[in-house]
Amino acid sequence: MVPANPGGGLMRADPLTEPVEGLDEALAAVDAFDEVLVVGLLRPRPSQAAGLTRLADAVAGTPLAARAGEAAEKAAAGSAGEEHLVALAAARAALLGSVHDALRARVQEATGRSLAEETFPQRSGQQGANLLAAARTWLSDLARCGWQGIDHEVVSSAAQVVSAMLPDPALRRLAMLLDGFSAELAASCPGASLERVPVRRWADLWSRAMLLTVPGAIEAPSAGTVDGRLLPLGVDVQEHATAVQAQVHAVLEPGDGAPPRLVRAAVSAPKPDTVVGAGLWQLLRPHMALLTALGEGRAMQLTDMPVTAEGDLLWSDEHAGVGDAADAFATARVVLPTAVDAASAPLDRHPTGIAVPVFLEGYAVEKDGEGLTFGVAGHVLAVDTDRVPAAGPLTPEAVAASSACIGLLRWDAGAFTLQPLAVEKTVRKKAVALHAGGWAGGTTDKAGVKAEKAATAAVAVLRERAGRLLRK
Amino acid sequence: MTDWERASAARVIPPARPRKLAKVPFVELADGRMQGVVSSGSDIGRVYVSSVAAGSYAFACSTNNNRPCGGARGSFCNHINALISEAVLQYGAERVARYLRVEAADEEPSAHSITVGMSAARPLQGETTAAASVFSRFLRHLAYLELAPSTEPLPEMQWFPPTRAVA
Ligand SMILES: [Zn+2]
Repeated sequence: MVPANPGGGLMRADPLTEPVEGLDEALAAVDAFDEVLVVGLLRPRPSQAAGLTRLADAVAGTPLAARAGEAAEKAAAGSAGEEHLVALAAARAALLGSVHDALRARVQEATGRSLAEETFPQRSGQQGANLLAAARTWLSDLARCGWQGIDHEVVSSAAQVVSAMLPDPALRRLAMLLDGFSAELAASCPGASLERVPVRRWADLWSRAMLLTVPGAIEAPSAGTVDGRLLPLGVDVQEHATAVQAQVHAVLEPGDGAPPRLVRAAVSAPKPDTVVGAGLWQLLRPHMALLTALGEGRAMQLTDMPVTAEGDLLWSDEHAGVGDAADAFATARVVLPTAVDAASAPLDRHPTGIAVPVFLEGYAVEKDGEGLTFGVAGHVLAVDTDRVPAAGPLTPEAVAASSACIGLLRWDAGAFTLQPLAVEKTVRKKAVALHAGGWAGGTTDKAGVKAEKAATAAVAVLRERAGRLLRK
Repeated sequence: MTDWERASAARVIPPARPRKLAKVPFVELADGRMQGVVSSGSDIGRVYVSSVAAGSYAFACSTNNNRPCGGARGSFCNHINALISEAVLQYGAERVARYLRVEAADEEPSAHSITVGMSAARPLQGETTAAASVFSRFLRHLAYLELAPSTEPLPEMQWFPPTRAVA
């Protein structure tokens, strides 16, 4: 059992399992609005008007009150313009922002770490206004159809907007969101025959995309630069059919002697849907030396690396040098407990944005049907092994046999979960570490080598086809 | 609401399964069809654009220069058979059968049962009018490889976790 307040990375578990005051009420208002989007706003029914009012009422005491109230009224009358839909998306985001803040406070209680206080720079709003307007029009059409009213025609018109946005670095973020979202909608057409709808998820994706169409919202401006030793904890992979992002979580020991801080470094790429598994590492590896350092268990030395206010390094290899050996578990045991957590940018205050590095050991592993749980100080924490990428040495079986774990605390569908990034298990009385990103920099593992070869061949075929057919 | 309905990170589409791409570089279930591109066995500069419609199984096959495929007369050509096999590898037989609305007799669907099931319905040869749009979707798909990776953070990708579940 872990002591109630250990010196190690984690943690108290009680703040993660006890009810959060006001959470159910806030989420009920979100759900009421989300149900409106299931049916659509073309010919609103009385029940939809009630859902819209519920959302507006929930933000009545905030600066959004007047605009949300007007938007709800217009939408209930079937006459909402795009600006009203943006206002409704903003009201929903504000509610989830408050949920995020309450959950985040619980996380800090559990870890005993403090949260950085940041001021977020003003955004300028320079990017392609025409494409943002086109995206907003598509999203507005979706809101009118409702998820039950979508068909191939309305969904496929996103493709043109996405294709035009993808090459523009300033619009890439919205483009990749729209691409993943529209692919899900396309696979679910016609909406009339859907057996079930991912209600919260599609409302999330819709409202985030809607807010990103507001000029200036997309930027993640640099808030300065950092120097110091970067100690990787692990890597989190995110992917949809045509995009991948690898996000390294790490502790930075600043060169100026300031306290260590948690930072992230991401690399992402659009991809054909047939590039999967080890092929994802091959796409990303050449663009971030950190992936190789992570695979080799090394630190990196940063010089003048740009960083955002929310602790995202804007990675460029020219600001990073290979450092000495750095064991992630030593970092998790010794440095992580003293680190300061990064704050969330205003727009990223959403429960899904919570991905906080923690360290656990001495837990009791339990099989729970198909899933796995860790018993921590008398509380039960679900373990999300489904998020562990298949192209790596970490497996659900290894997690089940582990004695120590570096993971990300997340929250979804009403509960905190732990996403394993790395585990230690004992093999012949010695601790062996297995990392989800163990193949990020390449591998000599037999299965890994085979997967890399297959991925290389797949990309080679596509490049050959592209070379022959694309510029004809 | 169920947990899945109120999950922000609910998994909606299973990821594509890895497969060899030399013969069929592109296959998708889109626009109410199984459609894709099949490399010619004899001419490296030529590809066939093939499709089968969901429900009616109306099929079409022509080259990227819009010449009709000699094999697709009255019944599925080898390109369409290859397309079905590779779609099953990429998406799983169950998803392909469901999308095309092929009723499996009383067996687990497979590439074979799907092909046999559709052929038994004596499908008609359809128009090749979709070929241009399928081919342009293929080119769009290839163009994704030309887009440079970026190190700007993408917070929305938190909504797209990987899954170990297979299609
Ligand atoms: Zn043919």
